[in-house]
Amino acid sequence: MNSVFVYCEIEDGQIAEVSLELLTKGRSLATELNCKLEAIAIGHQLTEIEKVVFPYGVDVLYVADDKRLAPYTTLPHTSIVVKLFEEQKPQIALMGASSIGRDLGPRVSSALHSGLTADCTSLVIGDHEDKKQSKVYENLLYQIRPAFGGNIIATIINPDCRPQMATVREGVMKKEFLDPKYKGKVVTLDVSKYVSDADFVVEIIERHMEKSKVNIKGAGIIVAGGYGMGSKENFRLLYELAEVLGGEVGASRAAVDAGYTDHERQIGQTGITVRPKLYIACGISGQIQHRAGMEESAQIIAINTDPEAPINMVADYVINGDVSEIIPKMIKFYKKNSK
Amino acid sequence: MKGYKIIVLAKQVPDTRNVGKDAMKADGTVNRAALAAIFNPEDLNALEQALRIKDTFPGTTISILTMGPGRAAEIIREGMFRGADDGILLTDRAFAGSDTLATSYAIGQTLKKIKDFDIIIAGRQAIDGDTAQVGPQVAEKLGLPQVTYVEEIKSIENGKVIAKRRLESGVEVVSCPMPLVITVNGTAPDCRARNARLLMKYKHAKTVSELQNSNEDYLHLYNERAYLNIPEWSVNDIESASSELGLTGSPTKVKTIENVVLQSKGAKVISSADIDIEELMKDLIESHTIG
Repeated sequence: MNSVFVYCEIEDGQIAEVSLELLTKGRSLATELNCKLEAIAIGHQLTEIEKVVFPYGVDVLYVADDKRLAPYTTLPHTSIVVKLFEEQKPQIALMGASSIGRDLGPRVSSALHSGLTADCTSLVIGDHEDKKQSKVYENLLYQIRPAFGGNIIATIINPDCRPQMATVREGVMKKEFLDPKYKGKVVTLDVSKYVSDADFVVEIIERHMEKSKVNIKGAGIIVAGGYGMGSKENFRLLYELAEVLGGEVGASRAAVDAGYTDHERQIGQTGITVRPKLYIACGISGQIQHRAGMEESAQIIAINTDPEAPINMVADYVINGDVSEIIPKMIKFYKKNSK
Repeated sequence: MKGYKIIVLAKQVPDTRNVGKDAMKADGTVNRAALAAIFNPEDLNALEQALRIKDTFPGTTISILTMGPGRAAEIIREGMFRGADDGILLTDRAFAGSDTLATSYAIGQTLKKIKDFDIIIAGRQAIDGDTAQVGPQVAEKLGLPQVTYVEEIKSIENGKVIAKRRLESGVEVVSCPMPLVITVNGTAPDCRARNARLLMKYKHAKTVSELQNSNEDYLHLYNERAYLNIPEWSVNDIESASSELGLTGSPTKVKTIENVVLQSKGAKVISSADIDIEELMKDLIESHTIG
């Protein structure tokens, strides 16, 4: 049975969170399909990297280790992944919907003529009947994602082309060890057989990486604002409430597009997925792309002037009213009642 | 000073950022007529980068290439109003139903026909799909290197483009030989406004299909002024295998489309009165959700 394959993204010798989340998802898909979970790590000085990935249930880890392969550049990583996929013929390939995965994935899919679905929010195994050709496809990967302004959820399949490729954002899937003692096999690739000199025409002249100062994913309380906040000035109210409650400020895409705050605070399908214990949605209508990134929060408070806003449907508390009036009251009564 | 030949890949998209309540019809399908058709925002950022190269290297020419229905000629005109020299509309029913791979095949084959270019530049992604796939796939189809997420083209020297990339967790400056494919991030500078002189010059620019519906009195103008004719290419103008086009050439298929029907969790609705807000904050403190 052809394998499920995960491309492991590496920064400073560390495997990215999103890749570990995908290994977890890949393991459960592989178990359901009764096939192997394989992974590839491409970079430099990757000694003992297998110790990090095997506990997630990886059966085979391919390692391509070469000075020229770190940091990531498009062409050599593409060449290695394409050739390895041609050799191993995985049925499913998963990558992070990150700066790297979204650069690499389309290039690989084009070279292999295989379908790729970006930013999936759910991956499920299922069958498909093509009535026109009266053909039944068993165990396809359903690649599920919101589309078109969030009014619809599309299930995409790749009936005929392999691998079935999908990218997923960080935080969408949960990261979980399968077995700390799980033992897979390491296959070290002879890099020179996979890349050519022409793959190194792009040269990195300067590189400045910094960890994001905003830690939305790890915040227990998130105060998020939408387009309904009305202005950048009103957004300051959210920072005040977040500071008082010890939380972080998030935003919907509409608020980011309107320039109320930075992209690094965007929550939703094309932003961050969060699961805090409290999510306060202020002036957010709650299109599905946004809900996809927050609806698993333990408690949700929606503050909105629109009683019909979709966000109200996933909320535990709905406050109908003006955010600029309600937030100061929340701050005041929190201060009054907390010890 | 020597100029470069730049092709800007652009797309006309429904304005999904401003989806109102009338965006869905009663039967649950998308009401496209209720959404304005606009120049994809990041493609405008890409056009600006191209225009800046033209500012520095005045011999540069900029062509807009777009694939879409007849009315997508609007964005070619829009590009010309802002400083592009010309454009090509790639339009044919054979392209209908294309996923990103079939789209990049059609665009790739068109670029192979155009042949003479130094830089292909496009927005990172289009707002109707947000896939960011067509740029890299076009690069692969042409066997060219790609530089994605570009925020600024810093310089062009010795046949190489030096560009700053904006990544999730930082910035990178790379050098890449031409020809190449560049995709531009939304954090790049906005596109300059229309130029009044160019608006006057190009406002009557039309494709052949548009001309068929226009006032015959002016038809002689289109013979005298070649720049008013926007070339319209069909599948017959490029070399292509029908198996690679449209729905047939698309490995991904849409299995189902579900409308989003929300079941309410049964929220507790409270007013903005002091007493209600105080009660809520007390509840949250008592349940140790906050504090």
